[in-house]
Amino acid sequence: MSLRTPLAHVRGLGTAKDGTHHWWLQRVTSIALVPLVLWFVISLLSISHADYETFQYWLSNPFNAGPMVALIIAAFYHASLGMQVIYEDYVRPEGAKFIALLATQFILFLLGAIAVVSILKVALAA
Amino acid sequence: MAQFKLPANSIIGKGKTYYAGAGAKNVRHFHVYRWDPDSGENPRMDTYEVDLATCGPMVLDALLKIKNEIDPTLTLRRSCREGVCGSCAMNIGGVNTLACTQAIADVPGEMKIYPLPHMPVIKDLVPDLTHFYAQYTSIKPWLQSATLPPERERLQSKEDRAKLDGLYECILCACCSTSCPSYWWNGERYLGPSILLQAYRWIVDSRDEFTGERLDDLEDPFRLYRCHTIMNCTKTCPKGLNPAKAIAEIKKMMVERR
Repeated sequence: MSLRTPLAHVRGLGTAKDGTHHWWLQRVTSIALVPLVLWFVISLLSISHADYETFQYWLSNPFNAGPMVALIIAAFYHASLGMQVIYEDYVRPEGAKFIALLATQFILFLLGAIAVVSILKVALAA
Repeated sequence: MAQFKLPANSIIGKGKTYYAGAGAKNVRHFHVYRWDPDSGENPRMDTYEVDLATCGPMVLDALLKIKNEIDPTLTLRRSCREGVCGSCAMNIGGVNTLACTQAIADVPGEMKIYPLPHMPVIKDLVPDLTHFYAQYTSIKPWLQSATLPPERERLQSKEDRAKLDGLYECILCACCSTSCPSYWWNGERYLGPSILLQAYRWIVDSRDEFTGERLDDLEDPFRLYRCHTIMNCTKTCPKGLNPAKAIAEIKKMMVERR
């Protein structure tokens, strides 16, 4: 039983003076993903019948490799921001929330890095 | 994980049925949540047959008829009976609203009446709103000014006064906050739509000089940013207000001042 007043309970540790940056970046990445995903789908369709060398030639163009890397960064960053919100909403207790958040962010960062390196490897090898 | 299942002592059992007399002309069944903290028993749903021929048109009329004529142990809050005080907020037919302004005829299907969702229950239809009121206190719902008080009233243009329309009408009935899933899961730290609408009412008041400090107090991943634009608040508000829009305006100001 706590003898603290209800107001002390509400005020808690005060504000984090944070949250706007996270909220804003989630919006920015989602807006960026609209044209990037559209471009990605159209590109996939247009080169769907190409052999590996044609594809490699296509990806060696900076105007294709660039958006591809941007798509990967935006998608993985957006996923990380979104998962954070889901964990904060639903996962209890604090320890489990912290571990889930850290594990997800590490995995997403690693997968993003692998994806970017893979794109560069194919693009630069042409 | 967040608790999605009811704890064992909150599972609702079947209660008693109170039948209307043989002379009843127009009977409607009212299924009402009952819980008595002194009995040690689980909550139950009691069913009351109410003769609408001798009852007023609103749900509150029926509840008071039940309390006065059928079962005096039924406990509920009510005061103004005209949608101004916010006391009789409860969940009627699956929607949070005021019993006094909800017409019985407008509730489709079974008439099921519960207290406001996801709040501790004191008894029957009476929820414990202590935390909700403390959250209201925390936003300092009064005019703050560093300028010395003027000799006469603080002036406000008609345009600036119009900005308070749709905000000042809030009666703090808690229908919106208790309809918000984000408030259910994180109500300890998330202020909820009702309190954020009230906060915006002072943020946007041209006479208040502490706009920045008010925004500072809200800039928090939980206090403000647990709002995920679910919009249950706006859908359920018995006064027809739009808390979701007020929250969106606060978020816009947060970006604007960066």
